[in-house]
Amino acid sequence: MNLVQEILAHYNHWITIFLMVAGLYVVVARGNMVKKLVGLSIFQTSVYLLYLSPGKILGGTPPIIGEGYSGYANPLPHVLILTAIVVGVATLSLGLALVVRINEAYGTIEEDEIFETEEQFQPGEDE
Amino acid sequence: MVLLTLMAAVVIGIVRVRNLFSVVVLGGIYSFLMATVMLVLDAVDVAMTEAAVGAGVSTVLMLSVLYLTKTEEHVPQHTPIVPLFVAIVTGAVLVYGTIDKPAFGIADTPMHNHVGARYLEQSIPETGVPNVVTSVLASYRGFDTLGETTVIFTAGIGVLLLMKRRSRKVDRSSDEEQG
Repeated sequence: MNLVQEILAHYNHWITIFLMVAGLYVVVARGNMVKKLVGLSIFQTSVYLLYLSPGKILGGTPPIIGEGYSGYANPLPHVLILTAIVVGVATLSLGLALVVRINEAYGTIEEDEIFETEEQFQPGEDE
Repeated sequence: MVLLTLMAAVVIGIVRVRNLFSVVVLGGIYSFLMATVMLVLDAVDVAMTEAAVGAGVSTVLMLSVLYLTKTEEHVPQHTPIVPLFVAIVTGAVLVYGTIDKPAFGIADTPMHNHVGARYLEQSIPETGVPNVVTSVLASYRGFDTLGETTVIFTAGIGVLLLMKRRSRKVDRSSDEEQG
């Protein structure tokens, strides 16, 4: 019984960590640029969860003041994460624009193929 | 809790699927699940933003990039043992760190007794706005929002520059073809 309570009390943290680690793995292990960006946004959303889940109070309400309610969720993480979501989309769009440019310059969005193209052109430039 | 498990399942799908179109659609599902979880966590404003921006705008951006590039991912040549090891070790250290964290949903944690509580008490007398998230965003932390706008502006300039250079290059190549 105690063990079940312990698991329930930390389940949100563990899912957050799983999402974070999965995002990290995708960013490091996958060579495709679009897949890397998807992994980066998964990492980012796990941080949203990390901020929001401690702000919740069981039996509380959203932080909109009204009569007859007490126990509001903490508003500060909500504000920070609102900013983070919008900034996240801005950086994502910048990254996607870079991917489009890379695709035009190299004809591919795979990391290893880009390296191969680089190596083919490198000796000619040095000599 | 069920939603969180579903989200983990969707992420496993994202990691394993190679078709980038499916990855983007799964990413949209993931964002909507995340918005629902935020609703459950009493973060209504954030849930709305995530549903509109995370699931809407991001998915559209991703799909337009897929239209301009390719939709199939290559099979990686080297086995991903090192990244897997790094990911597992990081995850284990983080899980070890959560053991001392306060349990989910209790009210007497440090974060509920300092600045958050002050915002909740003083928002109506000081700003007159019942929605505390709005009052903090626009009033107490207005400079944060200004900085956020600056970041978006910079990112917009960056995207415009990248795209402009591209169209000029296309123009030049078409000029060369004509000349």
